[in-house]
Amino acid sequence: MATEMKGLKSFKGGIHPPFDGKSLSKDIEIVQSPLPEVAYLYMSQHIGAPAKVVVAKGDVVKKGQKVGEAPGLISANVHASIAGKVTDITFKPHPVSGARTQVVVIQREGEDVWAPGLDEPQDVEAMTPDDIRNLVREAGMVGLGGATFPTHVKLSPPKDKTVDAVILNGAECEPYLTCDYRLLMEKTREVIEGLRIVMKCLGCKNGYVGIEANKMDAYERVKALVGHDAHIKVELLEVKYPQGAEHQLVKAILGREFKPTQLPIEAGAVVHNVSTTYAIYEAVKHKRPLVQRVVSITGDGVERPANLLVRVGSPIEPLLKASGLKAEANKVVYGGPMMGIAQPAVTDAVTIKGTGGILVMGRAGEWQSHACIRCGKCIEACPYGLNPSYLSILCESEHFQQAMEFNLMECKECGCCTYVCTSRRPIVHLIKTAKYELGRQRARTQEAQKAKEAQKAQAAAK
Amino acid sequence: MSNAQEKVAGGLPTRELLVTTSPHIRGPEDIPRVMWTVVGALLPAGLVGVYFFGYYALFIVILSVLAAVLTEAVIQKYLLGQPVSVKDGSAVITGILLAYVLPPGVPWYIPVVGAVFAIGIVKHAFGGLGNNIWNPALAARAFLQVAYPASINSDWRIIKEGGGILSNITGMDAITQASPLFKEFGGKTYSYVDLLIGRVPGCIGETSAIALMLGGAYLIYRGYVDWRVPAGYIGTVLVLAKLLPARIEAPWANDPIYHLLAGGLMLGAFFMATDMVTSPLTRRGLLIFGIGCGVLTTLIRFYAAYPEGVCYSILLMNTATPLIDRFTQPKLLGSASGGKK
Repeated sequence: MATEMKGLKSFKGGIHPPFDGKSLSKDIEIVQSPLPEVAYLYMSQHIGAPAKVVVAKGDVVKKGQKVGEAPGLISANVHASIAGKVTDITFKPHPVSGARTQVVVIQREGEDVWAPGLDEPQDVEAMTPDDIRNLVREAGMVGLGGATFPTHVKLSPPKDKTVDAVILNGAECEPYLTCDYRLLMEKTREVIEGLRIVMKCLGCKNGYVGIEANKMDAYERVKALVGHDAHIKVELLEVKYPQGAEHQLVKAILGREFKPTQLPIEAGAVVHNVSTTYAIYEAVKHKRPLVQRVVSITGDGVERPANLLVRVGSPIEPLLKASGLKAEANKVVYGGPMMGIAQPAVTDAVTIKGTGGILVMGRAGEWQSHACIRCGKCIEACPYGLNPSYLSILCESEHFQQAMEFNLMECKECGCCTYVCTSRRPIVHLIKTAKYELGRQRARTQEAQKAKEAQKAQAAAK
Repeated sequence: MSNAQEKVAGGLPTRELLVTTSPHIRGPEDIPRVMWTVVGALLPAGLVGVYFFGYYALFIVILSVLAAVLTEAVIQKYLLGQPVSVKDGSAVITGILLAYVLPPGVPWYIPVVGAVFAIGIVKHAFGGLGNNIWNPALAARAFLQVAYPASINSDWRIIKEGGGILSNITGMDAITQASPLFKEFGGKTYSYVDLLIGRVPGCIGETSAIALMLGGAYLIYRGYVDWRVPAGYIGTVLVLAKLLPARIEAPWANDPIYHLLAGGLMLGAFFMATDMVTSPLTRRGLLIFGIGCGVLTTLIRFYAAYPEGVCYSILLMNTATPLIDRFTQPKLLGSASGGKK
């Protein structure tokens, strides 16, 4: 259980593992990874509708050229991350959802130069909020903390909501990951400029930077940079997972609560993490679409952990090999150990926009699960005020409706309950399975209803 | 969850990857670690018991533990066809706790029958560890009290003067009574010091308040016991013992400290009521549970036929646990109302 530290902003619940793995890669500077020979660009790297392919097989594309266009508001554009030729438009299993998803395959060719009209310095001062929003939207920006929510939506709050706080999320509470920390250290000015751009876009005068107390040097650096700015407050946060989740961050910094299924806008806040804010700066100030990001390659399954600037859609095998993939490595996770997605294979996987880290675990094991002994640790650890003990039992016995009454759908799957579980129950697994099953049941009911109506219509026609 | 095999590409060796749902790390706590720590925390009280009551008490403890472990192994292996889980230490705890609530001079078959009942009926007939409604050791004690009233209530005389190790028991003239709380057997009043260290008659593991507090404090420090249960329990007994009109005439009738140190309250408050499986899930629920135990214990001690109320009060509150759970659901973040939507 995380110990409470005095004077630091925090929230109720959460965990902190005795070894958080940050030391493996936190002092390793960001380096540009060699360009991939082939880039695989998923049309769905965001929450919302998949992008529509706007190139054809055989097309020659430049870096930053749009290959997928957002069909609606809740979607995001996809750009060529390397210059080359479109060799295939096909379907591949998605690294997060597992569903077969459309992919544009680009074989690298020619010089790594930006498409015309891109990479030009912009006059941010002269921009209107709409200009900023359009640049962000055009750039295919999504939340790079892993949730991949389209960023321009966050920059377009509904008319009846007011935003009085923009929070730069520098918590990076997931164990092992260090990409945001490295950006805060190496690109401090750019990240803070990104925050100012967001504040300008939202017409909000109150900016906050939240940094966990285990990143004191980053805190000092940011503090030194914004010391003169009365509009930006830098807050030191307790080292505790999930401090960087929107609900916990807003609670810690502003003292405001909102329901798990609600967005921070309900509490008058907009939250962007460091990687996203840096990408916003790149998109708005330099008109560079989202074609690369920092990825931490870490874990005890690699010899040389690294923070790499990686093009979107890069196959991970060369990245892992370059970091010294160990023979005993037996688990590869996109993201951190608490919420990351385990990958089925090294050879087939490519990075997507939301991939902030690849955790390679050596000799990962499984845990023997037992009946719940009702120790109550999960309830203390749940940062959303759920009863994971009940939920796990109800989901296991397939009492899904009852599980819904105990707020099944409010679970954010942060994993704290499962981490602390004395009986080693796979609580998150049971909850995810229940949600999936409920989704299928809903779909089936809808289909049956449609069929019935069609039948009725047919009968009426006769 | 499945192991996926990589394609063999370009002569590369295949690599088996483990694919499981997040999280991919786990905390340090698991069932054996909790259970064996509780066993360790129980040891001081047992050592004091054996020191004062003699080696026969040790024999009873060992017999009780062996019977509990063996019963569990037999039931799991031959009746249920489950993997045998005696190594997790939970049956050992039941065995120890059962012996601790037995008089030091009971016949050898009493702990055996009790352990078989505790493990066979109270624990496994209800689904095994995690699914039992009542604390197995206490339910077995209640069963023995009904089935063998003579042994449970009057076999105290077996401990003779000088029966304890190194004759420490010498000088205790009232060892024929069951508990310092007994009035009817011409009970005498014991000093706080004797009650603290356990130089008093009583059940094997319940007499030394200081040893029990030591073990209990360690479990609170380790996070295996929530302080709300012993605090609610003991606090309530302290207040009620002072305020309620006593029915018996004894110098200690309304002495809260005496009520705290004498009898099974310490063992009950730190090791029985705090059983994770049979107590409520939430912190609020645990406080209510502790207070409920305190109220029932005092009422039984003051107004019922038994001089001691710890066993039945905890069993009754075990029964109320699902009800307490229902009304003390955690509050959803950002919502005004608690519990269900």
